[in-house]
Amino acid sequence: MSIDSPHPGISRRSFLIKGSLFIASAGGIISCANPLAEKKMEMAGRIAGGNWKAGHLLTEQTRLSPLETERTGIVIVGGGVAGLSAAREIMKKNQQDDFLLLELESNTGGNAASGSNAVSPYPWAAHYIPIPGREAVFVRELFEELGVIEGYNGKGLPVYNEFHLCADPQERLLIHGHWQEGLVPQLGMSDRDKRQYDEFFGAMERFKKARGNDGRRAFAIPVDHSSRDPRFLRYDAVSMSRYLADNGWDSEYLRWYVNYCCRDDYGCRMEETSAWAGIHYFAARDGVAANADSHAVVTWPEGIGWIVKRMEKDIQPHIRCNACVFNIQKLGDELAVDYHDVRRGTTVRIRSKAVIYAAPRFTAFRTISSLRKRLPSYAGSFGYGPWMTANITMQGTPEGKGAPLSWDNVSYHSDSLGYVVANHQDVSVRRKKTVLTYYYPLTSGEPAAERQRALQRTRQEWVELIVHDLSRMHPAMERSIEAVDVWLWGHAMIRPIPGLIWGAARQEAMKPIGKIFFAHSDMSGLSIFEEAQYRGIMAARQALKTTAAV
Amino acid sequence: MAYALLFSVFAISTCGLVYELTAGALASYLLGDSVTQFSIIIGVYLSAMGLGSYLSRHIVRNIISVFIEAELLIGLVGGCSAAILFSVFETAVHFRPILYSLITLTGVLVGLEIPLIMRVLKNRFEFKDLVSKVFTFDYIGALFASLLFPLLLVPHFGLIRSSFFFGIINVLVAFWALRLFKGEVIRPRALAAAGGLLLFLLTAGFIYSEQILHFTETLNYRGNIIYARTTPYQRIVVTREQDSLQLYLNGNLQFNSRDEYRYHEALVHPGLQAVRAPKNVLVLGGGDGLAVREILKYAGVDSVTLVDLDAEMTKLFRRHETLLRLNKGSLNSPRVTVINADAFVWMKENDKKFDFIVVDFPDPSNFSLGKLYTNTFYRLLYRALNDDGVIVVQSTSPFVARRSFWCVVNTLKSVGLKTTPYHAYLPSFGEWGYVIASKRAFRMPGSFMADLRFVTPETARLMMEFPPDMGPVDTEVNRLNNQVLVRYFEEEWSRYVH
Repeated sequence: MSIDSPHPGISRRSFLIKGSLFIASAGGIISCANPLAEKKMEMAGRIAGGNWKAGHLLTEQTRLSPLETERTGIVIVGGGVAGLSAAREIMKKNQQDDFLLLELESNTGGNAASGSNAVSPYPWAAHYIPIPGREAVFVRELFEELGVIEGYNGKGLPVYNEFHLCADPQERLLIHGHWQEGLVPQLGMSDRDKRQYDEFFGAMERFKKARGNDGRRAFAIPVDHSSRDPRFLRYDAVSMSRYLADNGWDSEYLRWYVNYCCRDDYGCRMEETSAWAGIHYFAARDGVAANADSHAVVTWPEGIGWIVKRMEKDIQPHIRCNACVFNIQKLGDELAVDYHDVRRGTTVRIRSKAVIYAAPRFTAFRTISSLRKRLPSYAGSFGYGPWMTANITMQGTPEGKGAPLSWDNVSYHSDSLGYVVANHQDVSVRRKKTVLTYYYPLTSGEPAAERQRALQRTRQEWVELIVHDLSRMHPAMERSIEAVDVWLWGHAMIRPIPGLIWGAARQEAMKPIGKIFFAHSDMSGLSIFEEAQYRGIMAARQALKTTAAV
Repeated sequence: MAYALLFSVFAISTCGLVYELTAGALASYLLGDSVTQFSIIIGVYLSAMGLGSYLSRHIVRNIISVFIEAELLIGLVGGCSAAILFSVFETAVHFRPILYSLITLTGVLVGLEIPLIMRVLKNRFEFKDLVSKVFTFDYIGALFASLLFPLLLVPHFGLIRSSFFFGIINVLVAFWALRLFKGEVIRPRALAAAGGLLLFLLTAGFIYSEQILHFTETLNYRGNIIYARTTPYQRIVVTREQDSLQLYLNGNLQFNSRDEYRYHEALVHPGLQAVRAPKNVLVLGGGDGLAVREILKYAGVDSVTLVDLDAEMTKLFRRHETLLRLNKGSLNSPRVTVINADAFVWMKENDKKFDFIVVDFPDPSNFSLGKLYTNTFYRLLYRALNDDGVIVVQSTSPFVARRSFWCVVNTLKSVGLKTTPYHAYLPSFGEWGYVIASKRAFRMPGSFMADLRFVTPETARLMMEFPPDMGPVDTEVNRLNNQVLVRYFEEEWSRYVH
């Protein structure tokens, strides 16, 4: 699997915190001045990434004086899943049109960005949502509205639309030259490995059921619904790899799998991932359904882009894209939000009663005037991992020895996370062409260094890397590839390093600044859809309360 | 030198006959009816040789050069003939013209050889000796070839490799002649170069003949292939065995004309006879038009919509004469609309309702086909069915794949359809299963139309009886997100096959 869920706004406004070199925001396409020179890898495609020209404004500290001034009730900064969820909540609760959503990119969606070609729509990042569990009430409500949940059976279990449930076969792993079903390595296991598997997964099952002394589940989604029992919170102090070692779990295969999961969901290696976050991956999901098992996920060809398109439908008139917010400041009883309209080249000031800040948290250190003046002590705790994703269009389908082509296809021997078949949900009998969404979290070094390296690579170098990796999974595949589109995510997702989730920094950063309310999955420390949505809705409720009181 | 040339007569003659025998064997193998094929091939070949001999009079200059050129050409055409014929048979619309032109070309070139060689040798022997020697070697070569061909070449080399081998011999003869007449040949270098190239080509063909043959696959079928085509979706092969026809899709037998009426009568009549005044019928799959043939026997049916993925398939069964006799031209009936589309995608868009729906897909042997047996798909069928209508689903063998069969039944039930499973014995397939599904309770009709050869009220009653070895078993419901049917099917059939 890959990026677990969208991370609204993340790449929309990502920049290097130190050196103001580059802002990778999302959306824009870096046109390829130097198309592939080498004939061997000459494939159609493009490289996409942040609208970094616009984002640059943030680092240049250019303070443009606003030309126009407008007024509105609430301004939402950022149009990813958190921002869109906040907007929907406002629509629902006060029924009035007194709000605006400002989005840096030319489209909303954030980490749920998607694209499409003649073969299929495809995601650029987040591509699925596990079926929601007990605490994820908002997700279930949304699913009901969108028809993803069609109703409930006699036992009260949700019935999912089966076109949306991930079709079988779901996962396969290439290991020792053979594709096996499922991602937990099975081929070549010793008894010792198997015993450790049993112990590890047994422990995760127990965590799934565990409750703390406050009666809450040990690991829940949303994160804030989890127990505060120190018995569990102590896992946030150590790394996932340390947790495995402390339990004597040294099986190479088990460690590979756990590391894969950390990179997949959090974009960092298990040595860098908090054990609390690592366990959360296995123990938080307790979804049930009438017509699927608890590991089921819902997915669409364009990934979570499918949801985003439907979320933004009703709020379309309130959305302003290409709006680069560069300043938020208090102005009497009101707040002033200044943005640069990247398309028109104008600068606008919006006066509002409240602001919902639904862009990645680190951008606030540049945009909110009080934070800009005095960088808060917690600023350094928010770190982000870079990713490269690609969509590969090919003739036919990539098969291989062993298990048949699945939705998610991973190689034990690769540094990438493998690929997801975008048109997997297509019900037709025969696919003539396939789009593969390829995921690669850049975790071999420090995020800043990796980000630098990633940006210096040409599209051709990326294509070669991808094709080489895919050819190791499928010899001779190169000949079938028609196009490779690459997307660089400078700040793809927040890294839940030890201490981030239950330490002081997150608590500090969550606190509203006056009437600025923070809504982003960063505020949960986990870059998943459920958290983004939860943060958006909660911030909207807080903002509505203050504006109503005014 | 003279004897060297006479030896080349022997070699040439052996090669010539081998090409003839190869073509004859190949034609009877691919087209069936060996007496006819051999007679025609021999006739065409000999008359082409006559034509070659006649044409030799027009060659007045550079006789040696022409002889060498002819040798090289024979090496090319004859040597590659078997490989060419095997490969084009797969795709060619008109195979016979290609076969006969290739034979004619080889014959003409071989026919040139002897007269030319006699003219080369005319000054070295007396006429009576010349004629006697040349023809002696010619006929010894023929005898040699006719013994070599069935005893050694076909069993050990195969047709493709044999013809490459003799193509190489032709080219070697050309080289030899090139050496013998060094001074007299014009453009010797060009000829040598062409010869070298040919030698390389033919040797490569000789070495890789296995792979070439593998491409053709034709050896996999029991009967003689009368049609073969690879479409974007599947490989269609029609074979003839004695007086019966067989259709294979991707190597799997779909029907045998000897007993297909059993399959199609059992598929259509129990369900359709039970519908009161059926007007609109839908057939999913079944591009051979055989189920439609049965449906059209009901005069009240106004419209039959057939949805089959493969346009090549429906085209074949609308045009091929032999096959039209089999399906009685059903697909060309004005009552029939043929739609080439993916059934699942088409059903998702469809808003028409039908009185009778025939679901005749290939068995769920892979995940793509398994989707067409899911509850999600059956919900679409439910939506498209009139309240009094009936659906029938071909559902593999309840004997070989018992769980698979009952999984289809249980999946149909899970979407609220009432099911009536039944089965029939088909000599070509064994026990075969069907499931009738309807919104109201189904009763097997008490009478059927008169001219049926298999389905009668008595056989219909028997068809509904399931002996204990095929009786109901509990299964999961087949869903898009579990595809249990494909797993059942794979397990059950692999056990049966191995």
